[in-house]
Amino acid sequence: MSDAKVVLELKNVDKSFGPIDVLHEISLKVREGEVLCLLGDNGAGKSTLIKTLAGVHAPTRGEILVDGEPVSFAGPRDAQDRGIATVHQFGGTYPLMSVGRNFFMGVEPTKGFGPFKVFDRATANRIAVEEVQKMGITRIDDGDRLVGGLSGGERQSLAIARAVYFGARVLILDEPTAALGVKQAAHVLRIVNEAKKRGLAVIFITHQVMHAMTVGDHFAVLIRGAIAADFRKGEKTREEITDLMAGGETMADLEASIEGYMETHEGHPPKTEPAE
Amino acid sequence: MFAGMLRRPSAASILSLIGVLLVYVILGGVDLGKLMGAASWVNYAARIGIVALFVGLLMISGEIDISIGAMIPAGAMTTAIISGYYGMPMIFGVLGALAIGVIVGLFNGYIVTRTTVPSLIVTLGTLVAMQGIVLAGSKLLTGGASVPLEAPGWAKTIFGDLMFGGSHQVVILWWIGLAVVVWFVMHETKYGNWIFAIGGDKVSARNAGIPVDKITIALFVGTATAASFVGMCNAILFNSAQVSGGMNDIFNIIVSVVVGGVLLTGGFGSIPGVFIGTITFAIVNKGIDFTSIDRNWSNLIIGIMLLIAVGMNETFRKKAMTAAKKKKG
Repeated sequence: MSDAKVVLELKNVDKSFGPIDVLHEISLKVREGEVLCLLGDNGAGKSTLIKTLAGVHAPTRGEILVDGEPVSFAGPRDAQDRGIATVHQFGGTYPLMSVGRNFFMGVEPTKGFGPFKVFDRATANRIAVEEVQKMGITRIDDGDRLVGGLSGGERQSLAIARAVYFGARVLILDEPTAALGVKQAAHVLRIVNEAKKRGLAVIFITHQVMHAMTVGDHFAVLIRGAIAADFRKGEKTREEITDLMAGGETMADLEASIEGYMETHEGHPPKTEPAE
Repeated sequence: MFAGMLRRPSAASILSLIGVLLVYVILGGVDLGKLMGAASWVNYAARIGIVALFVGLLMISGEIDISIGAMIPAGAMTTAIISGYYGMPMIFGVLGALAIGVIVGLFNGYIVTRTTVPSLIVTLGTLVAMQGIVLAGSKLLTGGASVPLEAPGWAKTIFGDLMFGGSHQVVILWWIGLAVVVWFVMHETKYGNWIFAIGGDKVSARNAGIPVDKITIALFVGTATAASFVGMCNAILFNSAQVSGGMNDIFNIIVSVVVGGVLLTGGFGSIPGVFIGTITFAIVNKGIDFTSIDRNWSNLIIGIMLLIAVGMNETFRKKAMTAAKKKKG
């Protein structure tokens, strides 16, 4: 196994909402300079897991450790102060605001004193553009540009650059490539690699196996709130991972059974049972 | 340069103003010098403009407040009942009017932030409720719906006099002063940044550590208090207050804000835009008397202007979202 330092660790974490168990006995380790890919189908509990890591939910049982110390987060701000930053699918950016204002949202640099503390637009824009360019997005060169004019990939990159600048040590990326085209997704994957090179621990949530295989060092597959598989890069093939995500049933079997059903039912696919 | 100007949120209001003036000059044969020197529309602009500034802030944050329609007469009646009917010192009337604004604003803000009920519905409730309270309260306390008020000299000078012996009211100075303050907060401080962010994406704003609920409540206090302040000024100026009146103001104020380039969905707009939007609205509404156009046409002009403004806001928003061109501001 890797000997890099473990930044964030979950030990037997359970999370239930009332009588519903969403997460069951989750144990995970995230190391510095490593990308952990969290794979799972919709409803597998990925969002709940992220929210637990980001301090939105407190675990029902089990513990979260940062640098080996048990912690309990009072809220998302608390997790952020511990260096855990979450970037959501749409980047958490404000389309009708400028790059500079977006970058420093909530932590605005100011100049002046007393009641005349003004937002330091020049500094904000300069730092924002510098940081984004350092991450390899050279197309952003004007901090006054509105974020809505950027591509989806650039918006993601801006949000990641922001998290890195503000001292994130663990970067949680929630389906960053889900809504993007091939080229844009490649863009984001490059940024993920860049963040990894800088020694950040990255948790990359996706259900696109290809994207996961490109950047991942370590993989965990979540099924019905439990970790169904935990393996390192190169230990499994793409087909094996896809099958795991589909709940163990191989895709080939599934296709065969659907086709068989359609032949005997005038071409209609089988009715599916509603999930519990 | 021109294209850059077009991308600013105040562009719609500037173009509307130019358009209205052109119509007045070409079709109405207006004497521009006389129109600009006239006090009627400036006085009117100041009265709706003070409220429009705060409604602009609130609408940029993605909420709306229509209870302002009841708060203008509520502020006037509170002042008149306290200092006129009961003859208490003027300062109590002033503080009473502001206090009722703060209370209703806190109520609106609290309900909006604690529930998922849209602010339009919440403030519709307070609008109707406040109308009831003001009318019933006035009847109960004074036996009538109109209360005379004899304001002392200092109050007249500060809130309700004419300036320089002319026909411009002192409330114009309040409008300009408040516009500068609100502009500074909105465009130069971090708080303005936060208000834009709340209107842009409330969930992200909360995640970024912005005190969304506190700011929303403060903005509701701002609109209600601005409205009761204007009501108080009216009562002091006209030496009386009536229960009726103020309903038209809701629409006039919101139209001014929208013409000023504020998006109904929030997240975009500017204080200079709202200021110019208010001037434009006032010129249409009151300045029409200086033209040869029958004043009954003014509502048609306002309707057209509103539709054009909404269309332009949408276009500018799209332009701002896609254009790569540099812009200042």
